[in-house]
Amino acid sequence: MLDKNQIAKRIAKEVKNGQFINLGIGIPTLVANYIPENLEVVLQSENGLLGIGPFPTEENVDPDLINAGKQTITMVQGSSLFSSADSFAMIRGGHIHLTILGAMEVSENGDIANWKIPGKMVKGMGGAMDLVASAENIIVAMQHCSKDGQSKLLKECSLPITGMRCVKKIVTDLAVLDVLPEGGFRLLERAPGVSVDEIKAKTEGKLVIDGEIPEMVFD
Amino acid sequence: MINKTVKDATEAVKDVFSNSVLMFGGFGLCGIPENCLRALLLKDLTGLTCISNNAGVDDFGIGLMLQKHMVKKMISSYVGENAEFERQLLSGELEVELIPQGTLAERVRAGGAGIPAFFTPAGVGTEVADGKEIREFDGKLYLLERWLKADFSFVKAWKGDTAGNLIFKGTARNFNPMMATAGRITIAEVEELVPAGELDPNQIHTPGIYVHRIFQGEKYEKRIEQRTVSK
Repeated sequence: MLDKNQIAKRIAKEVKNGQFINLGIGIPTLVANYIPENLEVVLQSENGLLGIGPFPTEENVDPDLINAGKQTITMVQGSSLFSSADSFAMIRGGHIHLTILGAMEVSENGDIANWKIPGKMVKGMGGAMDLVASAENIIVAMQHCSKDGQSKLLKECSLPITGMRCVKKIVTDLAVLDVLPEGGFRLLERAPGVSVDEIKAKTEGKLVIDGEIPEMVFD
Repeated sequence: MINKTVKDATEAVKDVFSNSVLMFGGFGLCGIPENCLRALLLKDLTGLTCISNNAGVDDFGIGLMLQKHMVKKMISSYVGENAEFERQLLSGELEVELIPQGTLAERVRAGGAGIPAFFTPAGVGTEVADGKEIREFDGKLYLLERWLKADFSFVKAWKGDTAGNLIFKGTARNFNPMMATAGRITIAEVEELVPAGELDPNQIHTPGIYVHRIFQGEKYEKRIEQRTVSK
């Protein structure tokens, strides 16, 4: 089984040179720590920045410079700042190549639910609906099962969805899976020490298994 | 140049009335009009509709207006950091309309730009689309969203001049430029107010035409929600 940092590390292998990327809150934010240094990529913060840098040192904290999780940040060389309207024009206009975000549920046709649990406090969708409606590639980082052991890879989402038919790839603590255009989760890799049978047992939606499934390789 | 200067926050908010629609710039607590919010708290207002990406925290920003029961309805994209907000929402005292963040930004932009409605893919297939017109363009589905306008817009900039021209700093820009365009009366507060002519016209983010009143804020606390540092 992978821990959160290992999930982030595995997702970082999907990042390609030259991409503009939006990272969601939680595990997706950790992906930034594992992007290989030889790749030139730009991280977008939807509150109005292209070029997120590392967290500041204590003396460089600037209350006027935060990320979408409201954390203090810095800017890399060559950054640009803009309004929220420009930011979402970039997102809707398809200029952001890759969106990585967390989820509560994903269905076998690529629907994602990650903003609302009916009956509980509803905090709002923030920018998630705009992001999933427009990104050309969406990777979900999440645990394979909920805390009470229920599969989060489902035939259909039980929670209100954030977007439909949009998730392309999922990296969980157990496996890497593609969402097939015709529907179904295709198993690509399994976490070290995790069997195909365990993944089968913990995936409620249609699971497609072609031949031998390799273990993930970390550098 | 037309001089937009008013003395202070109290004068700037003098004619804000109950049951009006107010817009507030800011993302979280970053770039919020702190001085106008403080001045509004001293007024006897009720029934307000507040359009703002977030709803402040319990003891700062719009959260303080909620504590005083001044707000009837919030229109926001994310309201997660506020226990009093949650209590009023669950008890039915407060009405809330949650909007995808990009749709909120564009609805406000449309309001200021004279575009009554537009199509966006955000929210198609979700409960956000309930009751809205869906149309297909080039094989993809989009839903119709309408403009937003306000009686008063409150924005905060880094620098401004007496003609109402504004320059923002860092990610404190966020919703401020669009909200400046969508208010029947737009009130700008700035950290530094200079005479017209001192700001480089090439560097202006919001042209003064959108700003009706401007003043230099007395005090900026600039509270940080998540102070995150590296060693």
